[in-house]
Amino acid sequence: MTFWQSLIDAARLLLTGYPELWRVIGLTMQVTGSALAISAVVGIPVGAAIALSRFPGRHLLVTVLYTGMGLPPVVVGLAVYLFLSRRGPLGGLDWLFTPPAMIVAQAIIAFPLVAGLTMAGIEGVDPDLRLQLRSLGASQAQVVRALLVEARGGVLAALLAGFGGIISEVGAAMLVGGNIAGQTRVLSTAIVLETRQGEFALAVAMGGVLLGLAFGVNALLLGLERRPNWRTGR
Amino acid sequence: MKGAAYDLLGVTRVYDGRRVLSVRELAVQEGEILAVVGPNGSGKSTLLRLLNFLEPCSAGEITYFGRRIEYPPPLDLRREVTMVFQRPILINGTVRDNLAYPLRLRSLQNRDRVEGLLAQFGLERLASASARKLSVGEYQRVALARALAAFPRVLLLDEPTANLDPYSVALIEGIVQSVRAAGRTTQVLITHNVFQAKRLADRVVMLLEGDVIEAGNTRHFFDDPRDPRTAAFVRGEMVY
Repeated sequence: MTFWQSLIDAARLLLTGYPELWRVIGLTMQVTGSALAISAVVGIPVGAAIALSRFPGRHLLVTVLYTGMGLPPVVVGLAVYLFLSRRGPLGGLDWLFTPPAMIVAQAIIAFPLVAGLTMAGIEGVDPDLRLQLRSLGASQAQVVRALLVEARGGVLAALLAGFGGIISEVGAAMLVGGNIAGQTRVLSTAIVLETRQGEFALAVAMGGVLLGLAFGVNALLLGLERRPNWRTGR
Repeated sequence: MKGAAYDLLGVTRVYDGRRVLSVRELAVQEGEILAVVGPNGSGKSTLLRLLNFLEPCSAGEITYFGRRIEYPPPLDLRREVTMVFQRPILINGTVRDNLAYPLRLRSLQNRDRVEGLLAQFGLERLASASARKLSVGEYQRVALARALAAFPRVLLLDEPTANLDPYSVALIEGIVQSVRAAGRTTQVLITHNVFQAKRLADRVVMLLEGDVIEAGNTRHFFDDPRDPRTAAFVRGEMVY
């Protein structure tokens, strides 16, 4: 099969609504969306807290966080696998080869990216602003909120980096999800499988969808950043 | 009869073992404009940060409207005092967003107040402009308007007219005087401009290397200073 023939067949599959494809897209969004939400809920406050506080061991913590930004997904997958396997400390949850296991693994991969880049973004805001916000009557929580809005470019970059780091990863999703059809098969693992089986049209279609999803989410978040009322947190 | 807004007794501030401020006794009277003058590094900005409750004093006692302040003070008390910094930073948004910000922090209705401030400060034309794209004079006016937005009981001004053109200086001085005339807000003004201190202040305090070397009403301070260093400063002869 030629490259161009694969593209034509892929377009046909997308347009005719191949059911398996849509199931895989849905699960991908569910797993990646949940993992990103969890990493944002935990990572943004942690990044803000590290940026705004000084304590013994902070430098070491920042080094660990930055190291975590380069964590190989397959290593995270292996660790989560061992924790969730029947004899592992969390084996009782019976999550292995289910979407929750994939969400946990992807949230762990995204967390250092979200926390680290949020921290860097807040540290890039003029340090005097914090004092001036307090002088205007801001409580500690209001100061943090205002700094996050000021550092929204960095926070946005953190979310996009987190999203980019997990939507396309294969290693962890494959290890803890098992790539089970209809249950844990997501776009990245499906592409690997279909390519191995010689189903290039389907693999290319899924690759196109993956790129489209990445583009769509990036465009959505960047569009949100440009909304004027998001700037002032109203 | 109005009392003291602040009473400072034996207040010192030490950074890394270096004493930067030492005030044996200083009162700020309610409703007055107190000008703080002195060369760079004399502790003026440190004094303002203490009055704004942004940092604790290393020793001594600050009483605010008869209430002894333990650091950190409660939020509602801290919100009575606002400051225009030497290098103010506006939040990223429009001029209107900036003026509304202190009111939003306090969950206060802000539409009428913000429109009133825009008119008072000659900023109507710039209401929807990005605050980060203003000229120096406009920027400073917005910073002052923002500090006044939530009707502070005390307004602290750290060189609010430094680097401004005469028009902006006159405008800001006019606002400071109108706030004084309204009588509800006590103002403490740091300035390097002795003429400005003479024009605006009810009383003047002179700091030198962290110490208060003279404090008195404006006329006596300029016409009949007790300390020879104050006299030199007033004559413009003090070498910083």
